[in-house]
Amino acid sequence: MKTTNDNGGDVRLTQISKSYGGFTAVHPLDLTVPQGSFFALLGASGCGKTTTLRMIAGLEEPSHGTVHLGDQDVTHLPPYKRPVNTVFQSYALFPHLDIFENVAFGLRRRGIKSVRKQVEEMLDLVQLGEQARKKPHQLSGGQQQRVAVARALINHPKVLLLDEPLGALDLKLRRQMQLELKRIQTEVGITFIHVTHDQEEAMTMADTVAVMNAGRVEQLGSPADLYENPKTTFVANFLGTSNLIEAEVDTSSGDEIVLKAGGGKLSLPRARCSAPATTGGKMLVGVRPEKISLTHADDAGEIPESRNRITGRITDSSFIGVSTQYVIDSPACPEFEVYAQNIDRDARLAPGAEVVLHWNPAHTFGLDAAQDIDAGVETVAEEAA
Amino acid sequence: MAAVTQAPAPPAPAAPRQKPPRKRGRLTPYWLLLPGILWLVVFFALPMIYQASTSVQTGSLEEGYKVTWHFVTYWDALSEYWPQFVRSVLYAASATILCLLLGYPLAYLLAFRAGRWRNLLLVLVIAPFFTSFLIRTLAWKTILADGGPLVGALNALHVLDVTSWLGWTSGDRVLATPLAVVCGLTYNFLPFMILPLYTSLERIDPRLHEAAGDLYAKPVTTFRKVTFPLSMPGVVSGTLLTFIPAAGDYVNADLLGSTDTRMVGNVIQTQFLRILDYPTAAALSFILMAAILAMVTVYIRRSGTEDLV
Repeated sequence: MKTTNDNGGDVRLTQISKSYGGFTAVHPLDLTVPQGSFFALLGASGCGKTTTLRMIAGLEEPSHGTVHLGDQDVTHLPPYKRPVNTVFQSYALFPHLDIFENVAFGLRRRGIKSVRKQVEEMLDLVQLGEQARKKPHQLSGGQQQRVAVARALINHPKVLLLDEPLGALDLKLRRQMQLELKRIQTEVGITFIHVTHDQEEAMTMADTVAVMNAGRVEQLGSPADLYENPKTTFVANFLGTSNLIEAEVDTSSGDEIVLKAGGGKLSLPRARCSAPATTGGKMLVGVRPEKISLTHADDAGEIPESRNRITGRITDSSFIGVSTQYVIDSPACPEFEVYAQNIDRDARLAPGAEVVLHWNPAHTFGLDAAQDIDAGVETVAEEAA
Repeated sequence: MAAVTQAPAPPAPAAPRQKPPRKRGRLTPYWLLLPGILWLVVFFALPMIYQASTSVQTGSLEEGYKVTWHFVTYWDALSEYWPQFVRSVLYAASATILCLLLGYPLAYLLAFRAGRWRNLLLVLVIAPFFTSFLIRTLAWKTILADGGPLVGALNALHVLDVTSWLGWTSGDRVLATPLAVVCGLTYNFLPFMILPLYTSLERIDPRLHEAAGDLYAKPVTTFRKVTFPLSMPGVVSGTLLTFIPAAGDYVNADLLGSTDTRMVGNVIQTQFLRILDYPTAAALSFILMAAILAMVTVYIRRSGTEDLV
């Protein structure tokens, strides 16, 4: 536990909510972002992540609840009095000022006279020293993005807020900027709160990710934890791909839960089950596509007894270089996805082949069956469109 | 296989077919420009040439005018009517400043604060145009009438004492004073100030205001450092659209002013229509045009708007 004096840069949201007329953008939310962390708010558009960010920035007044920066209650402070800076989605660089003056803007407003040294250092940090006297419209998207970061960082805010800052960049540049931002964050040690709808971006950059859906935080944790142990179907489907199977609890003893699905039996470690396991009750069993091995039905005998197994037929396969993605029709699940590394390719694994899917039971996770099994699936497709 | 062998065939017949449309295409822009060019020639270039030649003619109505390259007309016109020129510039400049002071807050309100009332308010800005310019100016005669409620109120508040001392009004009269003329000019040209201001303010990304606030700028500073500089194109075009016609206006001075408030527009009108001294009237018009052109050029250079996108 940290003492009160220690959490000088923590961002604490307490029961914060925001409604517009009858629409609730953010439901009462408690969130603590520890000082110095790289925190991502991840969700589809309209999930309330940007509204949450804007409430921290002071650009939006919360309907209820409080915002604390360290020990200071900033809920009712206007943005210009908050030790917080934002990198806007469209960068919002001042078109009438050159790069130097854009970066110097915050310093000048605080009455700092000699800004040259600081601005030049900051421009060097983002590798734009040469461009100081250009106007924003003369720079490329990636350069503008770096100016926006420099303009915010030069003020040494307690917290840097990033509102989908990479959204306008093409894929390659985005990957590059992700690493760049991560490098800058490590270098300056400021708390970053990053809003994004790109799950890969959130997982690459952030130490902690909060997955938001419909104005609520679905789950919060490290990227690996969220990916391996999703607690809701939304998280399971939104972060990467999950194969979810409707199953019935057969026996539940000790550390192991055994479930019946599609005529076979699956084993699930109790520690990875977020739903109550009562014998005869329904449950959703999930497994990630890359955890599964494919074996042709003729060789089924070679599969070790301890592994979870499901039978099916390949309906589709697509070769994408490092791996091959298979879609398998099985009694348990009509569209089971399997990603197989292209190490030793079995030529018999082609559409129409009867196969056995098997995986280590430790990679199985269990979810409450009362949820929508497809939650988070459509949202991913919409964002991609 | 058939598709593969056929594929290279199309380019051969396409090559000769491409030529004729290209030739016609090259002339199309000029045909499209023709109406505009004709309009400019007939209604701008020819009158200018005609007027230029008139300004250097001598003679009389009875004997007819001849081009005698009598450039002295320009000097005579300027030396006789320079007070009216100075007055025109002063009145037009005052009206322009008043328009800017009144119009900017209004345009700002329209662009950022009007919400769903915006369209209605915009219609109200333009609404006066549905009535004749003359009628509206005559209405000001009633508003500023001697002994009317407005003049009475100003008198009671001793405002007229101050303005009379400044030389803007005389005694307890507002009508037939410089103030009345400037009021008329301001009123009549206000929409020409508001609309360009509104257009350029409305184009400003509201996120820039948020960004300025986020970077520690108080609302006043945000206005001074971000909003106003970004609205400069609107300020420049608004002031030009107000100043240029106001400097040449004669209706306001005619209806609301007196002989002491005659502007150069009134002089030109009298020379052309009453005294029938065409060379002097033409010379005055050219001097006014040149003066405005010179002032506008200096103004645009100094405001440096070419830098703003």
